[in-house]
Amino acid sequence: MSELTFELNEEQQLLREEVRRFAVERIRPGTAERDKNHEFPKDIIAEMAEMGLLGMMVPEAYDGAEMDVLTYAIAVEELATVCPSVAVTMSVTNSVCCWPIQEFGSDEVKEAVLPELAAGGAIGGFGLTEPGSGSDAGSMKTVARLEGDEWVIDGEKAWITNGAYGKYFVVLARTSPGKGTQGISAIVVPSDAPGFRVGGSEEKMGLKASNTTALYFDSCRVPASYLLGEEGKGFRIAMATLDHSRVGIAAQSVGIHQRALELAVSYAKERVQFGVPIAKHQAIQFKIASMATELAAARTLTYYAASRGHSPEAGRLASQAKLYASEAANRACWEALQIHGGNGFCEDYEIARLYRDVRITTIYEGTSEMQRMVIARHLTR
Amino acid sequence: MYIQLNDEQKMLRDEVRRFADEVVKPIAKETDEKGIFPTDVIRQAGEMGLTGVAVPEEWGGAGMDVISYCIVVEEISRVCGSTGVILSVNNSLVCDPIMKFGNDEQKELFLKPLAAGEKLGCFALTEPGAGSDAAALRTTARRDGDDYVLNGNKVFITNGTHADVAIVFASVDLALGHKGITAFLVPAEIDGYSHGIHEYKLGVNGSGTTELAFEDMRIPAAFRLGEEGEGFKVAMSTLDGGRIGIASQAVGIAQGAFEEAVQYAKEREQFGKPISSFQAIQHYLADMSTELDAARLLTWKAAWTKMNRKRFTLEAAQAKLYSSEMAQRVTNLAVQIHGGYGYIREYNVERYFRDARITEIYEGTSEIQKMVIANWVLNQG
Repeated sequence: MSELTFELNEEQQLLREEVRRFAVERIRPGTAERDKNHEFPKDIIAEMAEMGLLGMMVPEAYDGAEMDVLTYAIAVEELATVCPSVAVTMSVTNSVCCWPIQEFGSDEVKEAVLPELAAGGAIGGFGLTEPGSGSDAGSMKTVARLEGDEWVIDGEKAWITNGAYGKYFVVLARTSPGKGTQGISAIVVPSDAPGFRVGGSEEKMGLKASNTTALYFDSCRVPASYLLGEEGKGFRIAMATLDHSRVGIAAQSVGIHQRALELAVSYAKERVQFGVPIAKHQAIQFKIASMATELAAARTLTYYAASRGHSPEAGRLASQAKLYASEAANRACWEALQIHGGNGFCEDYEIARLYRDVRITTIYEGTSEMQRMVIARHLTR
Repeated sequence: MYIQLNDEQKMLRDEVRRFADEVVKPIAKETDEKGIFPTDVIRQAGEMGLTGVAVPEEWGGAGMDVISYCIVVEEISRVCGSTGVILSVNNSLVCDPIMKFGNDEQKELFLKPLAAGEKLGCFALTEPGAGSDAAALRTTARRDGDDYVLNGNKVFITNGTHADVAIVFASVDLALGHKGITAFLVPAEIDGYSHGIHEYKLGVNGSGTTELAFEDMRIPAAFRLGEEGEGFKVAMSTLDGGRIGIASQAVGIAQGAFEEAVQYAKEREQFGKPISSFQAIQHYLADMSTELDAARLLTWKAAWTKMNRKRFTLEAAQAKLYSSEMAQRVTNLAVQIHGGYGYIREYNVERYFRDARITEIYEGTSEIQKMVIANWVLNQG
């Protein structure tokens, strides 16, 4: 039996070093510019595909890196310290596109799409949310019907990360009207399927270098074998996928939190007021102590959830990690900006972008309120 | 990264939980209300090896690891915060420093009976004018032949009314500041040693807190713990370990309150249904469980770092800061969920709420923890 340890294994440590080096050398130099220009990091994503970062948990048989969830979370964290937009582009491809396909897909669909996603440079997305259906995902209106050996999909999805650049999307649609969440199915939709159309890119508050669009389905046709799992099991697949993917958003939050702390520390040491660096003032010191402590708590919860991915508690642990890490990261960015004073309110300083970027973490892949519902369900049943 | 208890640790947890539920819990309310030191419980705990959990068997202890020690303090505190701190002090503030700084004669004479539960120890550092600023203590130790003669007063000494042995910090030369501080092993029956009456406190009211007075108290030089002038180092390194104990105590108190809150929320009906079906209550419970997990993980991480002979000052301070403040929030919500009943002495949560308060104060206030953490992050990170 293994002994309790908080140490990362060698593979995890090596990967952290590799991703960190790549992030600092290749991603950081352009982060501010891409944010300003709302420019999607196409070249960087292509390089990440070559490094195996887009199909990290995909089995080797489908050209993936077949790594564990914790290793994946560490990669997301490292990318997020440097560019949260790149991190979400990557995490969405890994955890809400590749993962449900590898877990629930037919051999046919796995062979058709996974190698391309894992190693071929394609990225993917997840089509769950609709204009009228956010937290209440079960109320979706998009429908799909089987015609011969094809699914025919009609409807509209909103706020889809990687919308304009994704090659494959896991789309949730109602296949049996009147059956509530039991009538929803998950289907893989390639972006070149007839009847598929992408809306314009959303103007967001943050994550400006990630791409977010609506998706439109107008009698959109895909092969019958692109159904994931069984018909009517789509809602459960979506929930299982989110349980899994929340660890990624928790890790993204941890990465942002880490960077906010680093920026606060270096600014506090340099900025002189009342004749001394502001780091000498207890008020500033205590903010930094709180940020560091909450970062340790968030990171530990996240790694714990990632390392316990197959336990019966996995859903609760992922929700706890996502809830805590995202809210802690928001507090950390708020405090880091406060430490920067007026400079922090100017976009010349990195903390201004982080403050915008972090805001989404308590909202997407399940709001904080939804995480609390998930956790409470485990506690009171 | 592997965070699960091994078989031995699980067995210990089950055994201590049974002892806590069957022996400690039935008298916890009376212990608190009347301020009765739970002598008989501590005797039984000693027989079970809970008074020297991490002390090697050759010195009278149970020979277990630091995680096991955390489990013991958590499980006991889950039913009685007073008993939790009594054990925490004996283990980590008394046995630990003798183990680390004592010679074999001192271990034979003092550690063996303390670890085995035949004697009880206390830790006498704080003085009326020296709390957070421990180095400002005024108790003196004058060398006289083969003895030291001690004079001074200590306050807020946990276990003070019942201790057989005190570790006393005194200065051999006040002009030397913290470099004059020296630690002594003091048998309570020695001439010139006296303790005051039990202090009636807001919480942990059964922990025998009192004042100590030393009047021309003659201590053989052989009872000096460590070198002359080494006492401040002894105190600080001891408190690093003690903080892991208090973090565990805070986790235990919060766990006890949380369990009562879940139970009550499921049973209590208002508006025709259990209050656990209301979202406000569900979200309280979700936050409580999330913060509890985070605190326990931080505490185990500090324990694991200590076990692996690494510097653990930062981890212990973060665990103590986070866990104590978590316990305050969690017990507060437990009272809130209980409504009016939570304010009534018949219910346990009001005791948990009062007991949690001290964890933010003793063995270094939250403010001291933040100073330690900020120093680490700003200057040594």
